[in-house]
Amino acid sequence: MIGMALPLSWLLYNWALAVDEGFNLGYLTSLGFHQLTANPIEYTNRFLGDWALRFLLASLAVTPLARIFKFNQLVAYRRMIGLWAFAYVSIHLSSYIVLDQFFDWGEIWGDILKRNFITLGMISFTLLIPMAFTSTKGWIKRLGAKVWKRIHKAIYVVAPLATVHYFMMAKGNQLDPKIYIGIVAVLLGARIWFYFQDKTKAANRKAAA
Amino acid sequence: MLIKTKKPWDLSENEVTPEALYLNRRKIIQGFGVAAAAAVISPFLGWQKAIAAPDFTVIKKTNYAGDEELNSYKDITTYNNYYEFGTSKSDPARNAHTLITEPWSVKVSGEAEKTGSIALEDLIDFNALEERIYRHRCVETWSMVMPWVGVPLAAVLKKFNPTSNAKFVRFETIADPKQMPGLRSRVLDWPYTEGLRIDEAMHPLSFLVVGLYGKPIPNQNGAPIRLVVPWKYGFKSIKSIVSIRFQETQPVGSWEENNSREYGFYSNVNPDVDHPRWSQKRERRIGEFFKRKTLMFNGYGEEVASLYTGMDLQKNF
Repeated sequence: MIGMALPLSWLLYNWALAVDEGFNLGYLTSLGFHQLTANPIEYTNRFLGDWALRFLLASLAVTPLARIFKFNQLVAYRRMIGLWAFAYVSIHLSSYIVLDQFFDWGEIWGDILKRNFITLGMISFTLLIPMAFTSTKGWIKRLGAKVWKRIHKAIYVVAPLATVHYFMMAKGNQLDPKIYIGIVAVLLGARIWFYFQDKTKAANRKAAA
Repeated sequence: MLIKTKKPWDLSENEVTPEALYLNRRKIIQGFGVAAAAAVISPFLGWQKAIAAPDFTVIKKTNYAGDEELNSYKDITTYNNYYEFGTSKSDPARNAHTLITEPWSVKVSGEAEKTGSIALEDLIDFNALEERIYRHRCVETWSMVMPWVGVPLAAVLKKFNPTSNAKFVRFETIADPKQMPGLRSRVLDWPYTEGLRIDEAMHPLSFLVVGLYGKPIPNQNGAPIRLVVPWKYGFKSIKSIVSIRFQETQPVGSWEENNSREYGFYSNVNPDVDHPRWSQKRERRIGEFFKRKTLMFNGYGEEVASLYTGMDLQKNF
């Protein structure tokens, strides 16, 4: 739990230092480096996006890992990882709205329509909201397992969309986004494999009966 | 007879620390510290070399950025796009120390009377250096104001007597995998290439740069010699030049080759022509919170607009 707050804490700490120094980002004279770089707004947004994506993919990896390694306790962490991912996504979006555009809603709407990768990002975020909202045990009860599962299956759309959002933003043929795409492909592939595995198991059970 | 039973905590003789090692243990640990510090600091030694070098003597200083504030040396030298050293903004400052900038020569070739390999000290007249404060606008929408030191590109190109077939000039960056770790990744098709129309190259604003803030330009900024074309997006201002070729056909720059829909040959700063993936109407001046309006030709319209009269700048972006 604390581990997942670390990247955010690191970021806030550096911002606090920067503000304290009156935004003279030369405070990090130790290595002559700005931890937040000369463009802290861009860096913050990318940093938050990176971690949001990592936690998102981590939440998607829980069930396959639990299943393959027969480690069921892992599933108990899935909700927390997912909610932290949502937290990072929300702050990532806020940094775009507040720091990058400073509430210029006209510009923001223009971006959503014109910049395809932002369109994808907004869709992903919108899909995450009902998931975050219904993440509690109370809601599972209220909705019933079937409906709840359907809402949360949205992660299968969100994860690839978020990864493509990153891929489309990067200039040139950069390696990082491609690695994430690979990871998503493996994680989704695993789910497909489990689906067919379950189907054959059920069919075999029926045949045996 | 004394039979000694070994207790668990009894060490055998050969497990005892050699005396010499033991007596010098503090020195040894300090040694590790120094080695670690050196490993961390050594990237910056290349940079420190630039800072420690004596100032250039500059015979003329011109401010082409009005009353706009200069960006700090720190900002200019730690926020760079130089993919040959890594794709993150802080990679070049960290990694460019492996670039060997001395000795340096540039190969001049193509449609000119004089061609051949020419050493940097013969290419540039270090007694005629100018300082120019230029605005720099990256295609990614960030911008800075930088005090470059160099000579007009036209003066250098004229020395080679380009023929009437020289309609364009093509430049190339060094691409040595031994010096540049980023070359391993095919982010772009190496070596980095850029080009200008001959009249753009001969324009008084086109500047061949060897220094920054009065000192030799640091590696991460394109040492030892780079181009600065202030009315175009930053990627046209090619770094660490090793080749200049006069040619009849329009050269294809590396970014244009990578994605011609997004990066055109001209790439003049133009708030009315959006990048397919983002708007070019505004920019983030490094150090400022609010975005600024982007100026046509980066504010150099008065000087360069005549180069493009009659041209459809939407088509020829």
